[in-house]
Amino acid sequence: MARATSNRQKLITSIIAWAAAIVIFFPILWIIVLSFKAEGDAIRTPLGVLTSSWTLDSYAVVQDRSDYLKHFFNSVIVAVGSTLLGILVAVPAAWSMAFVPSKRTRGILMWMLSTKMLPAVGVLYPIYLLFIQLGILDSRTGLVIVLMLINLPIIVWMLYTYFREIPAEILEAARMDGAGMRAELLYVLTPMAIPGIASTMLLNVILAWNEAFWTLNLTAAKAAPLTAFIASYSSPEGLFYAKLSAASVMAIAPILVMGWFSQKQLVRGLTFGAVK
Amino acid sequence: MATQHSRSIARLMMAPAVVLLLGWMLVPLTMTLFFSFKKYLPLRGGDLGWVGFENYVRFVSSSSFWPAVGTTLLIVGGVLVITVLLGIALALLLDQPIWGQGIVRILVIAPFFVMPTVSGLVWKNMFMDPVNGFFAHIWRLFGAEPIQWLSHASMPSLVMIISWQWLPFATLILLTAIQSLDSEQLEAAEMDGARPVGRFWFITLPHLARAITVVILIQTIFLLSIFAEIFVTTAGAFGTKTLTYLIFQRVLESQNVGLGSAGGVYAIILANIVAVFLLRIVGKNLDA
Repeated sequence: MARATSNRQKLITSIIAWAAAIVIFFPILWIIVLSFKAEGDAIRTPLGVLTSSWTLDSYAVVQDRSDYLKHFFNSVIVAVGSTLLGILVAVPAAWSMAFVPSKRTRGILMWMLSTKMLPAVGVLYPIYLLFIQLGILDSRTGLVIVLMLINLPIIVWMLYTYFREIPAEILEAARMDGAGMRAELLYVLTPMAIPGIASTMLLNVILAWNEAFWTLNLTAAKAAPLTAFIASYSSPEGLFYAKLSAASVMAIAPILVMGWFSQKQLVRGLTFGAVK
Repeated sequence: MATQHSRSIARLMMAPAVVLLLGWMLVPLTMTLFFSFKKYLPLRGGDLGWVGFENYVRFVSSSSFWPAVGTTLLIVGGVLVITVLLGIALALLLDQPIWGQGIVRILVIAPFFVMPTVSGLVWKNMFMDPVNGFFAHIWRLFGAEPIQWLSHASMPSLVMIISWQWLPFATLILLTAIQSLDSEQLEAAEMDGARPVGRFWFITLPHLARAITVVILIQTIFLLSIFAEIFVTTAGAFGTKTLTYLIFQRVLESQNVGLGSAGGVYAIILANIVAVFLLRIVGKNLDA
């Protein structure tokens, strides 16, 4: 009896949850559908769209007409480059704060976070001007630097929370067994730190890939990553639904896949550990 | 325990990150402050000298200032109300036993990973276009005149687009918080005869209070600087010019750098007020 009601309850909650999920996911689902249609079919009624024939043309057209791969490549370089550079700078900092904490550690961490909250528009012109004078406006180098800097606080912070979870007893045990400083670092700490570093990188690649203030304002034709390239569809010519859909699907697909693996890191990284 | 030696190594290891962030903060901030006291028009005469607080006064007394404040508040407030309320509902729903929980979760979280320019353009064209958009087709199906979403209902449309992007974030964080709730407490309440509504009000909601505060503060910081969604949909037309967008236009479009910089200083002060509250919560957690 109790089981029957709970099964019925489960069925009802399942139906409601699935309905909500499909409504939320629908825009993404719809552009996936549109991306496999001809331009003329993509503007028909929903039923007309679904019953028209399927094609891969839009994907080919997007590449041919606007050199899609170049922008895709820009996105990869900027997202991965800024993340790697950030990790390089952040690992030693987070490491020392986690293992050799001092009275100032807390203050430094809070200050780093506060720089993340600086509104980008407040420093738009200075950065723009510096970029012109350094000759890195519309360059991937410039974007890598800026995105590294805006995500650095999150990288340091996440790494710090991961490193702090490595128990100090393990170090002591290794020392008792006669491990030297180098062995300690190489064989004990590094293997334990790698999952945290990987998670941090994952989240930051996602954040950098989707960043759309600096990428829009600091690039033009040459270094534009996908965020800026897609924005060029805001003043299109002729029919473009299928092309925009194909370009969008290709731009979000890799990040969607990565994002699904990073749910936990997302909570940790974006709430700065305030919600666990 | 740490020796003098390890301390100085630690300081050395921290130096690159600290120096970079210090530079990233101080150099542009100083420049913004500097420009904000100048009449500076790069395309029309360049540096025209010091003007004291004139830019600050002109920025707030210009006819577009108060509408921009209103728009900003409406976007931040609207999106917060929608995402927090729906986020609580969705988190409660996803916490229940359901078939295909993993897939449902993935579908709900997906919008957060869509880049802002894509979601702006997809909503604008494929859904809100008054001729070929999905909504227009549905409206016509029921014999209604399609709505000119982004021109006649620009603010509700924008709030809807941005809420769609941020709902997954709120849901995910609130769900994480709900799952950390001690289930024994709920079971005890259930045994004592507390109804579901009572259990929600007196146990779940108080437990969520901190997570809700964190969601509100973090989203506020991000929502205050919403940019790309407006850039690709209305470009600030139809009353959708936020403070961030207004400053962007002053600085880059009309190249009135002095005036824009004064606006930038206001934006920085505003964000700092929110940040103080957020950092206080984060800091408390650091001690625990």
